[in-house]
Amino acid sequence: MELFNNANIALTDIPLVTAKEFRAEIIRRSRGEARLVNLFGALEPDGGVRLFAILGFDEEAVLQILSTKIPENYPQFESLARELFQAQAFEREIAEQWAITPQGHPWLKPLRRHPNYRGVTDIWQNASPGSSPAQYPFYSVDGEEVHEVGVGPVHAGIIEPGHFRFQCHGEEILHLEIQLGYQHRGMERLMCGQDLKRTALLSESIAGDTSIGHSIAFCEVAESLSGCVISARAQAIRAVGLELERLANHVGDLGALGLDAGFLPTSAYFGRMRGDYLNLLLTITGNRFGKGLCRPGGVLFDIDVAMAEDLLRKLKQYKKEFDQVSDLLFSRPSVLARFEGTGTISMKTAKKIGLVGPASRASQLERDVRINYPSGIWQFHHIPISLAATGDVYARAIVRRQEVTRSIEFLLKILPSLPKGELLTTLPAMKPETLAIAMVEGWRGEIMHIGITDHQGSFTRYKIKDPSFHNWFGLSLAVRNQDISDFPLCNKSFNLSYCGHDL
Amino acid sequence: MLKIIQTRFKQGCRTLAFPKGKRPALPARYRGRPIIAGQGEALDLGSITFAPDTAIEYSQDFQMAVSLRKDLVLKGSELTLACVLNHEMLKIFGRSLKLRQVSAGGCNACELDLNVLNTPVFDLSRFGIQFVASPRHADGIVVTGPISRNMTEALLKTYEAVASPKIVIALGSCAISGGIFANTPEATNGLETLIPVDLFIPGCPPHPLTTLDGLLRLLGRIKKNSL
Repeated sequence: MELFNNANIALTDIPLVTAKEFRAEIIRRSRGEARLVNLFGALEPDGGVRLFAILGFDEEAVLQILSTKIPENYPQFESLARELFQAQAFEREIAEQWAITPQGHPWLKPLRRHPNYRGVTDIWQNASPGSSPAQYPFYSVDGEEVHEVGVGPVHAGIIEPGHFRFQCHGEEILHLEIQLGYQHRGMERLMCGQDLKRTALLSESIAGDTSIGHSIAFCEVAESLSGCVISARAQAIRAVGLELERLANHVGDLGALGLDAGFLPTSAYFGRMRGDYLNLLLTITGNRFGKGLCRPGGVLFDIDVAMAEDLLRKLKQYKKEFDQVSDLLFSRPSVLARFEGTGTISMKTAKKIGLVGPASRASQLERDVRINYPSGIWQFHHIPISLAATGDVYARAIVRRQEVTRSIEFLLKILPSLPKGELLTTLPAMKPETLAIAMVEGWRGEIMHIGITDHQGSFTRYKIKDPSFHNWFGLSLAVRNQDISDFPLCNKSFNLSYCGHDL
Repeated sequence: MLKIIQTRFKQGCRTLAFPKGKRPALPARYRGRPIIAGQGEALDLGSITFAPDTAIEYSQDFQMAVSLRKDLVLKGSELTLACVLNHEMLKIFGRSLKLRQVSAGGCNACELDLNVLNTPVFDLSRFGIQFVASPRHADGIVVTGPISRNMTEALLKTYEAVASPKIVIALGSCAISGGIFANTPEATNGLETLIPVDLFIPGCPPHPLTTLDGLLRLLGRIKKNSL
């Protein structure tokens, strides 16, 4: 069954195939043009779990959905991960959430650590509440001069918690294992069975640095399910918010990269400039992270002519300042020496592990929801895709620089002539027993929300995918055979979300 | 080198005069301290999310940090802002305060706007306040997030690793009361259910000025109830 971004489909219309066919179809499609965009389970009334797979055909802008049923008395299926690496984290998630074993999974270990949602015995017996996610046998390497470095969950800077285990030979990293789950708040379950007002607030807290990205995805799911069409103006204002969010984060990341390369002037300037963009969001939405902008049915804040003029004037100024400092950063030999050839991910690897967002574009994969699966204003305004070829820290930095320039150009183009329309329309009731999909290109990459409603039309299952879910493994591979002192630089070049992953 | 100096001149000095000089103006839509009209019901600044689509009316006043949890429950227009540390503590920390930040289930918004205090705009280190890498180097902790179940043990260990006397700061609605995650299975209902707290900074997330104002009050650098 083929779908477009923002489509909805009755649960009964989704093809239901045997587990064997399910597996064969996913593998067959993935060997061709498709990639695995999502794989998740939902509890059925009879106690079984229905697995849904969503395959993305980036070139054609279509998604394929199929499903299979895992009966309650036989909680297992044959793992895809050996043949299709992209499936590994999805399968671990399914194992953890539903206590279903993916047979033959190459490395079945906990993803976040929480009791399963079926209320049966967990696959990992020691996943008891309160136990640290790090309590499990880490992969280890033996040998002379081989040593282990453990970092976290509490890190050195003001950042979120996660545990990193490095296996090193001298300075060289042989393997990095990342164990997350400390930020787990049970987000997917909190989104179910609540009124949409509370759910909208929750969606803004999935990852605070991507408040707008995730809240747009949530709103689009709710709007799709209720058949609500929002005005062109509301769509444009959401896009302004999304691009300002991208600008703030990309500029901040470039500053952080400068800092970790030991070049302080640019980190000070970019750090301040990041604040400038957050202050623009504050001006529009009353919150520096854009919390409160998007609600199902539209937006809560308008951008009037005077405000648009003020934004335009400031953006032009910020662009000048950004170019100046970028030139400084990208022309320093000491910076380039640290950026180039560090933390390289080849295009082949990026494809294999399913990278998304700027990290994938830095390895020359043309993956950008705004271009591949355009919705809202992106159907009428095209942003050129920003690619780099080398897949190293330099590539991930230069892609960000390019995207900053293009986001500013986009804003300069749409702000003078925002389309007309009402800000907020009333949302009709959501359709019962229906599944809706929304994809948004957040600043880290592809955000995907999927909502499934019960017979009364309220969420019975809500699936959230932050781009970090795909990309954390990319960081592990990027630091392989690098010096351990390059880890901070590689880490910043990805700048992934812990809470977006942990949910 | 010349290029760096040239850029320095072009970019200029952008550090805020705060707490000296004129009170920084925030945009009209900024949702700061709520306005309580008449003798309505009490409003708990420690648990609201400062969302726009509620019955609450907000002012542009960013000063909201308090020393006691009960002070956040606003009944009228008076808000008792944070008071200075006691004499002994002030003697130790007044001119140099090293803090360790612990994110425990936070959405990263509080963490990011705390980080902003280190940018040249706020330049936190000019007040002798610094964030350090280890709890062993710290005089206190700043906690963000609703303290997820998986992070509780690490948080308590970090707290214990800080030498006494120590300062504990709860930053943001989640850390103060659980915020939007209050009464959910994976979160706690605020830091004070685990350890004693010296400073509560409300917001979702708190504006950097709210945080800075709170820290400076704690150290006796701002004394008046309002600037």
